Amino acid sequence: MTNTQIEKPKIAEPHHPPTTWKTYFTFSTDHKVIGIQYIVTSFLFFLIGGIFAMIIRGELITPEADLVDRTVYNAMFTMHGTIMLFLWTFPVLVGLANYLVPLMIGARDMAFPRLNAVAFWMVPVFGIILMASFFLPGGPAQAGWWSYPPVSLQNPTGNLINGQFLWLIAVAISGVSSIMGGVNFVTTIVKMRAPGMTFFRMPAYVWAVFSAQIIQLFGLPALTAGAVMLLLDLSIGTAFFDPAKGGNAVLFQHFFWFYSHPAVYVIILPVFGIFSEIFPVYSRKPLFGYKVVAVSSLLIAGVSGFVWVHHMFASGTPAWMRIVFMISTMFVSVPTGIKVFAWVATIWGGKLRLTTPMLFALGGLIMFVFAGITGIMLSSVPIDIHVNNTYFVVGHFHYVLYGTVTMGMFAAFYHWFPKMTGRMYYEGLGKLHFWLSFIGTNLNFLPMHPLGLQGMLRRVASYDPEYAFWNVIASIGGFLLGMSTLPFILNMIGSWVQGEKAPDNPWRAIGLEWLVASPPPVENFEEIPVVISEPYGYGKSEPLTANLEKQELIKDLN
Amino acid sequence: MKIRNILILIGCAIALTGASLWMGQQAYSWFPPQAAAESKLIDELFSFLVSLGTFIFLGVTGTVTYSIIFHRAGKYDTSDGPPIEGNITLEVVWTTIPILLVLWIATYSYNIYAEMAIQGPMEAMHIHTMASAHAATMESTTEPIEKIEVLAKQWAWVFRYPNQNVTSTELHLPVNRRISLALQSADVLHGFYIPAFRLKQDIVPKQTIDFEFTPIRPGKYRLRDSQFSGTYFAAMQTDVVVQSIEDYNHWLKTAATQKPTPANNQAANEYTQKIKGAFTSGYPTVIPAPPPLVNFPS
Ligand code: HEM
Ligand SMILES: [Cu+2]
Ligand SMILES: [Cu+2]
Repeated sequence: MTNTQIEKPKIAEPHHPPTTWKTYFTFSTDHKVIGIQYIVTSFLFFLIGGIFAMIIRGELITPEADLVDRTVYNAMFTMHGTIMLFLWTFPVLVGLANYLVPLMIGARDMAFPRLNAVAFWMVPVFGIILMASFFLPGGPAQAGWWSYPPVSLQNPTGNLINGQFLWLIAVAISGVSSIMGGVNFVTTIVKMRAPGMTFFRMPAYVWAVFSAQIIQLFGLPALTAGAVMLLLDLSIGTAFFDPAKGGNAVLFQHFFWFYSHPAVYVIILPVFGIFSEIFPVYSRKPLFGYKVVAVSSLLIAGVSGFVWVHHMFASGTPAWMRIVFMISTMFVSVPTGIKVFAWVATIWGGKLRLTTPMLFALGGLIMFVFAGITGIMLSSVPIDIHVNNTYFVVGHFHYVLYGTVTMGMFAAFYHWFPKMTGRMYYEGLGKLHFWLSFIGTNLNFLPMHPLGLQGMLRRVASYDPEYAFWNVIASIGGFLLGMSTLPFILNMIGSWVQGEKAPDNPWRAIGLEWLVASPPPVENFEEIPVVISEPYGYGKSEPLTANLEKQELIKDLN
Repeated sequence: MKIRNILILIGCAIALTGASLWMGQQAYSWFPPQAAAESKLIDELFSFLVSLGTFIFLGVTGTVTYSIIFHRAGKYDTSDGPPIEGNITLEVVWTTIPILLVLWIATYSYNIYAEMAIQGPMEAMHIHTMASAHAATMESTTEPIEKIEVLAKQWAWVFRYPNQNVTSTELHLPVNRRISLALQSADVLHGFYIPAFRLKQDIVPKQTIDFEFTPIRPGKYRLRDSQFSGTYFAAMQTDVVVQSIEDYNHWLKTAATQKPTPANNQAANEYTQKIKGAFTSGYPTVIPAPPPLVNFPS
């Protein structure tokens, strides 16, 4: 509510296009530029991670280890997982939040614009450090994205600087960058809301980002500490985790999962937020149970801090711990279920319009329900003892990370594309993209469930012939998924360059970001909005703000 | 609500329940054979979760699909839907039901886990006095057999039967006996996993982990390393032979008379091939342990 306190002094700027393409290569402090910088950078890494996935699926299309050497295969899945999480999912979500949060709460920028720019520029830095490990004689890290010791401490080259070393440096920098982002988001949301934008007038997306960033603040220190301790073990011979020197290998798993489980909620909460924005717009109905949906984000963030041991059911975990964490894990599904039901009730009886963003959101919702169900199965200790570390788990988390998160990101890209670029995308290409991704995702990841139940382990370069059938299907799905990004890239570039000009509010959506020009001016709001009602007033024909809509009217009259 | 709507709802619920129960039955066929007492318990629990999951999945996607088909806006219809913002009764119901379901699943899972008793009986925390799989499947049998030592290393399995002083790279087990293993690792984390038994346990270096189960079906099954252990991880597999107690004793006796010979080891083989190869395409690797010297090389 106190925009004037933290904001940097404003220099009146003349009206010129807010950004040219060159701006995106500069140290800009505009949250919108930074948002798009994050999104484009992470999408490039998404493509690199995707190429590694194609190599993995190419290897697995036959039972023998015949496409690449086993060491190369291990590097591939390690880098695939690392890139997809630390260089695609996290930064792309931060990018979208960077773009949207100030606009949605009626602020002119983030609380700390410089910190914001520094946090962004660390992403390409650690991305390059990570990719540089391909040029080391020993190649990149090969211990999986968990980097469990002692395997991660084994260093056959004997060089101090090996792939694992660079991996740990990269992850530590990524952690620092994310902590900076967390501080910035939490401060922005608490301090910079426009007058009248009370907590219960914030869009559900802002609630979700807020909850997710709180997790970052309590969780990341654990991961970063774990990474630094492992780095010390690896480089200067300390013995935190090395059993050969009296360390405790399982302790690392606690450090790792204490963060990395909550991290999955850092990832999914903003996507839930995207769903909560998109379903009302294209159903023309208010978000059902808005307050409960908003609060359940915080609830999920809270519970998510007490479930990490479900990743360690098969480790040397005592029985009582297995049971306690089984029960806490199952309880996460309650606030999650509430959200799913709320979305279904939002859609129900609405006036649906199946645009590309709506299709991606609906597809994402359906695949999330599936992933949630397999998640509950995994949380049951006896089941997990069988399927832990098998393809069943890989299927589960790809239904969330591709089926829900990546689909949700695409929904967001299409939905806010006119706002970000001032251009409309091509609906036909968007729909083609949707169908290729929806079919590709199911073809790729559904077969992993029977494979896991049959006992096929993850991270294997070769497998027994009995698993061949489903692997061929999964690989075909994987290649299809690879192809599915082509219409997307074509659409985004083509539309940005020569798409039809977008109006301020092409979807007739309700929200502060839709009350400003497309793309928004540098300062977002000429006049800070005064918010007078709850979000999602579809069907109620009441104004959202006391001042901006009137302005629109005046502009229309002139 | 109109009578007609209530009837339609009841009809849908019955159809859904039918489909879910059918799916639950299908679930049994998605697994390898049930070769241990524990696998029966786990499959039963899984089948239950599949039924429940199918019900929820079809319920949610069915509703969404119905909306997609019947609640579409007309091409030129720019009006809004009804401004319904919530419904307290509905929200209370759909919070309470998941809580009850979760409690049900948790209790059921706990009971199955206690019955499996794979880390030994869970005496300290019994809610119900529950017979363990040990007792449940053991009417016919007598004294437990000796503890078998399992040693995992990069990338080989070695099994030692201490009383007979037999070592083997193939795990032989008598059927219908409670088996007790002592799991150890020489280097990194490994995982002891037999899909047909549905049982898995990580092996932690410098630690001995006790593990129990009861094979109930004679035959040959695969044992695999289930915790990523480096370069030749996928090749770290061997056979488990479940046989009658007579055959088992006979096997032990014969094996005890044999002189230790090096076992065939895939990781070691591949590594030799690799250094012999004209050019190596891969990165340097941890060198596999030499093939184990055992009485019974598989
Ligand atoms: C209903 C909610 C959920 C439940 C109960 C649940 C439960 C679980 C459990 C028990 C595991 C561990 C399985 C194992 O390793 O043996 C797991 C793995 C995983 N889950 Fe979920 N999950 C849920 C939702 C999610 C969401 C929303 C995400 C991500 C956005 C997610 C991402 C993952 C990932 C990445 C892994 C595997 C990590 C790895 O092993 O590399 N899950 N889940
Ligand atoms: Cu992946
Ligand atoms: Cu988790």
